[in-house]
Amino acid sequence: MISNFNLHPILAFWNASNLMSLSWVDSLIIVIYFAFVIGIGYYLMRFTKTGEDFFMAGREMTAWIAGLSFVAANLGSLELMGWAASAYQYGILATHWYWIGAIPAMLFLAIVMIPFYYISKTHSVPGYLNMRYGAGAGMISATSFGFMTVFMSGINMYSMAIVMKVMLGWDIHFSIWVSSLTVMVYVVLGGLLSAIFNEVLQFMLIWLGALVIPIIGLIETGGWTGMVARIHQNFPAGDYTHLWRTLGSAQDNPMGIHWTGIVFGLGAMISMAYWTTDFLVVQRILAAKNLRSAKLAPIIGAGFKMMVPFIVILPGLLGLAVLPHLVGENEARLTGGHSYNEVLPLMLARYAGPGLLGLGVTALIAGFMSGMAGNISAFATVWTYDIYKPIHVKLTKNEGTDSHYVKIGRWCTVIGVFISIGTAYLVQFFASIMDYVQALFSFFVAPLFGTILLGMLWKRATKAGGFWGLFAGIGSSIAMWAWVKADPSALKIIALSEHAKDMAENMYRALWCGLIGIAVTVIVSLLTKPKTDAELKGLVRGCTEIPSEGDLPLFKRPIFWAGVILVIFIALNIIFW
Amino acid sequence: MIGRHKISIWFIIGLQLLIYGIIILISNIYDYISPFAQNTIVLSELHFGIWWGAILVIIGLIYFFSFRPWKKA
Repeated sequence: MISNFNLHPILAFWNASNLMSLSWVDSLIIVIYFAFVIGIGYYLMRFTKTGEDFFMAGREMTAWIAGLSFVAANLGSLELMGWAASAYQYGILATHWYWIGAIPAMLFLAIVMIPFYYISKTHSVPGYLNMRYGAGAGMISATSFGFMTVFMSGINMYSMAIVMKVMLGWDIHFSIWVSSLTVMVYVVLGGLLSAIFNEVLQFMLIWLGALVIPIIGLIETGGWTGMVARIHQNFPAGDYTHLWRTLGSAQDNPMGIHWTGIVFGLGAMISMAYWTTDFLVVQRILAAKNLRSAKLAPIIGAGFKMMVPFIVILPGLLGLAVLPHLVGENEARLTGGHSYNEVLPLMLARYAGPGLLGLGVTALIAGFMSGMAGNISAFATVWTYDIYKPIHVKLTKNEGTDSHYVKIGRWCTVIGVFISIGTAYLVQFFASIMDYVQALFSFFVAPLFGTILLGMLWKRATKAGGFWGLFAGIGSSIAMWAWVKADPSALKIIALSEHAKDMAENMYRALWCGLIGIAVTVIVSLLTKPKTDAELKGLVRGCTEIPSEGDLPLFKRPIFWAGVILVIFIALNIIFW
Repeated sequence: MIGRHKISIWFIIGLQLLIYGIIILISNIYDYISPFAQNTIVLSELHFGIWWGAILVIIGLIYFFSFRPWKKA
């Protein structure tokens, strides 16, 4: 694999046949981007001395920086490409993943859960589980998160390399090694601080690079009304521009999903689970300088998340209006046409002239790197504090110095990057690994949410309840997944409809395993001995003193801004009903 | 300033946007006046690159000067 590495890939990509070619101005913009991200890491190295600096960015981030980094860590290039393609395939329904599939969960995290994460002073989500339920639940969560994070990072890395090859003709090895080693350098140098600062920079670049498409696209189609008219003209049989109207029955929409799947599966379970327990995003909030900033950060993030469809979904819809002949991947391969998976680069090539193309490609690279840095910095923290430290202390009977753990964190970063690179090459030869790792990831997320939520809000939840609830949730998720794999007709039972498709299965599987996890946690907790209030101080509602915000003016209170975001969220859903 | 760091991230963002804006602005102005330029993109007559370059320069300048490290507290 490595022996095929091309030492002069830069020479290769100019001659390749691809969707677009870059001018020297575009290339200069990309080179400057790489210089800046490494420069930031180098500059911040001098401020990264202690474990708190390296793993928690010194816990001194403002609400804005923590909030933007919170959203940027999730806004990968594949997300941009993938959801633009989904918008072409499913229409505006894809927006649910940005609105009901994110906003309520982010606000819930800010108002209900952040106080416990923040006041407990945990370094990580598995760390919180460890404090609340003991080592068993914490270790399940840490190990699964650690492995899954770097595997997913490798999968994303490989997918990005493929995108760059198709789009620009770049050598796959070149894309994988240059981007991942750059991330490694700036995270090793500056830790979470460097990852967060770069994420904020990358977030700005993603917006400024991707905004070109919706703006020129809307000018070309004559605004929103003109775009909708063109879509209806191109696809008279389908409804691509209404969010809720077609969700009354699974057979009325291309996703094959009923509104209950979107509201309860996506909104109440999957998104709650991801946004409130995935340490990749929560770590950014824990780096905030005080509790108020930590609560405001997800609210600020929610405001920006709500706008992301403008640069992701709208290009897909504009594609339906101006590029009506894109087809599925298999058909594109047979006919030699373009697939809707290429809609974003095709739109970029359609509108972006010199420099703007480079900015757009930089946006995609920035998206990938912010996602990867998020994965790698979270991986380093969890492995150092939640896996390595307990083992080290047990074996050596020595707590270890702070500088020792910083050194281990840096090594974990290097190892994490190389495992990711290895996964990327593995996926190249065994494509099915991608599906299995994604499935594996989905097994852990929903059950974790139920367990953590009960742990924060119900002081009667016990160590055994948490462990067995988590175990039962994960087990039931694996069982349902295996059942559908073995007997595809089981899908209609799990997803409650004969017309259900894969997407619907994910929603309902998350819902059922989350509920099973909660039920088992409750039952086992009621049968076992709870911890005392003193042991739960700082971890659970009722045993934790949460500082009052009563002395603050209304517009400085997180709850006020959460209300504002909620009102906008409801209004948007009504407008695009 | 942000915490102990002398250089704010907003200053760095301003600097980068300023550099990008200048590059995009100059290359698109050249493209506009050059007789050899090939306008293959849709709506090239809008010269969007010039507008976008100018916007980046303005945003970059605002951030660059608002968060400059040598600014007195």
